[in-house]
Amino acid sequence: MSAGPRTPFDNKVVEWVDSRLPVFTLMQKEYGVFPTPKNFNYFWNFGAIAMFMLVTMIVSGITLAMHYAANTGLAFDSVERIMRDVNYGWLIRYIHMNGASFFFVAVYIHIFRGMYYGSYKAPRELLWIFGVVIFLLMMATAFMGYVLPWGQMSYWGATVITNFFTAFPFVGEPIQTLLIGGFSVDNPTLNRFFSLHYLLPFVIVGVVFLHVWALHVTGSNNPDGIEPKTKDDTLPFHPYYTMKDSFGLLVFLIVYTIFVFFMPNALGHPDNYIPANPMVTPAHIVPEWYFLPFYAILRAVTIDIGIPFTEVTIITAKLGGVLLMFGSIAILLVMPWLDSHPVRSAKYRPKFRVALLLFVVSVLILGKVGGMPADVPLFHITESFIFTTTHVAQIATAYYFGFFLIILPILSRTEKALPMPESIHAAVLKCKSSC
Amino acid sequence: MKKVILTSLSVLALSTAFGGGVSHASEGNAHPLPNVDWSFEGPFGTYDKASLQRGLLVYRQVCAACHSMKRVAYRNLSELGYSEDQIKAIAGEYTIIDGPNDEGEMFERPGRPSDHFKSPFANDQASMAANGGALPPDLSLITKARVGGADYVFGVLTGYAEAPAGVDILPGQYYNKHMTGNVIKMPPPLVAGAVAYEDGMPQTVEQYSKDVSTFLTWAAEPEMEHRKQMGFKVILFLIAFAGIMYAVKKSIWSKVH
Repeated sequence: MSAGPRTPFDNKVVEWVDSRLPVFTLMQKEYGVFPTPKNFNYFWNFGAIAMFMLVTMIVSGITLAMHYAANTGLAFDSVERIMRDVNYGWLIRYIHMNGASFFFVAVYIHIFRGMYYGSYKAPRELLWIFGVVIFLLMMATAFMGYVLPWGQMSYWGATVITNFFTAFPFVGEPIQTLLIGGFSVDNPTLNRFFSLHYLLPFVIVGVVFLHVWALHVTGSNNPDGIEPKTKDDTLPFHPYYTMKDSFGLLVFLIVYTIFVFFMPNALGHPDNYIPANPMVTPAHIVPEWYFLPFYAILRAVTIDIGIPFTEVTIITAKLGGVLLMFGSIAILLVMPWLDSHPVRSAKYRPKFRVALLLFVVSVLILGKVGGMPADVPLFHITESFIFTTTHVAQIATAYYFGFFLIILPILSRTEKALPMPESIHAAVLKCKSSC
Repeated sequence: MKKVILTSLSVLALSTAFGGGVSHASEGNAHPLPNVDWSFEGPFGTYDKASLQRGLLVYRQVCAACHSMKRVAYRNLSELGYSEDQIKAIAGEYTIIDGPNDEGEMFERPGRPSDHFKSPFANDQASMAANGGALPPDLSLITKARVGGADYVFGVLTGYAEAPAGVDILPGQYYNKHMTGNVIKMPPPLVAGAVAYEDGMPQTVEQYSKDVSTFLTWAAEPEMEHRKQMGFKVILFLIAFAGIMYAVKKSIWSKVH
């Protein structure tokens, strides 16, 4: 972003602006000629797709905020007014509602891409950490957004989730009171959640800027996980990746719009079309699908941890669950140091590949049991011991943490990588002839 | 490369299927809901206007005695095929309390198309007092607010039966196959022949239930037909655009070795 040497532009207006503030030079450098490895597969589209979804959410959200009333007496009615009386209000709301789900779809695939191809490894640790911070901010934003329509799931979801904080000794209850603005979820909660739901997306934009900045310092990783060495290994970002990203984005949008127009409520819960009622608790309180794996981890802890043979409890089951849930995301922050294997891509690490795919399976299983009531009996192991969904969640949780804390450090030391191609160019040529 | 696309698509499909499947598999119900063949089902489904009009009749003559529908306005009935004069006549049959006027008094006036459907009770408390302590829910969103949607409404309306042996039903309660817990406080609302149809359709509980469920689905999702029509245009456009971008991408990349 410094002045530096600059090639003049032919267009006089562009040149006038650029000689005073080199935005055109910047764009040219970062998005025009930016050298990008030429072996990307379609997994590399999801960064651009996530970016598009962020913009979609902000634009549709600002429009919704023009018609929404953040008051417990009006919120539900104002959303229904948007659906029925505002011109194309149903479209804007369904775009926003399903957009949240598809933003998470894009981000989950983007995170998986990063894990599979080792994009978190040196020198991209900070880039990865910014990504985890974005993910955390997204979760907070999505949770608060879900509260705004003030349906039954909004209200009870807010009650359950803010209640997590009471698990922490001493500071827990004051934190919860501050978060919800009183002693139970009510109008002050709705007001502050609306305020923060409007603020956080712009914080996300800020961190995305840092994420992209860091990316443009180190350059992109690629499916072979080897750094570009010569000009043969890279292509200018435009037109090669601008066009490829556009194609990928359009395919993604087709799936997204099928939901928006033909099954707009498939990913939501029917209870959220019942106005919030503090006197009636829904049969099963479940968060949105993108939180279910973490919800399952939370509920997996069922025993208090204390000093053995005494009555002293150090960590209650509730606190244990909350710590594990936060830990399941926090552990991503240290992933670059848990895995110190010199080879990045899972393509050349067969053992890591299997372990990672099992990790994906464990997350999907956690998602599945997270949506079911706790302790649903599945089958008998002995007369008295019944295997339940909680046991499934415990095993999957154990693998989730075992993957990071045991498997990654061990594989870092012991795994023998497959032979690597000499360069990206060589890998592409080899692939052209054989795959 | 194809493998990668397939993998990412299947991850996408899996994650959505998981979400959708999971969040809905919650309510316990011993009897599976009937699977009615609705005109509005599927991507090409539209509302059957004659059925909507019959459903409105059933709602006004039966359901409206206890259930409000306060998010729907009389003017919305134009979507059912009624003319402006017909809507004025329907709205005019109701007495609306308006005000305060210049003297500070509330006053009564005939309903106008811009009014929302008149609720049978002044407030929830009055409604509960008149209905043995149970609150008949507002029906504006009922098909969106219940697992199973229109099938659920149809199921409850046709699901009254003799309680099986061993099931205790208290006075003022009724056994219903499709209600959660199989107990409902609403007496069986529909009786064959109670609502007179002018178009010769059978005046059975089943037909009444079907029509009123169709009407309630419209009340919950009045935008549905418009939404689906627009969806086709949007998706066709996206497919064409994606096809063009694929060709562009392919031609640009063909020179890369």
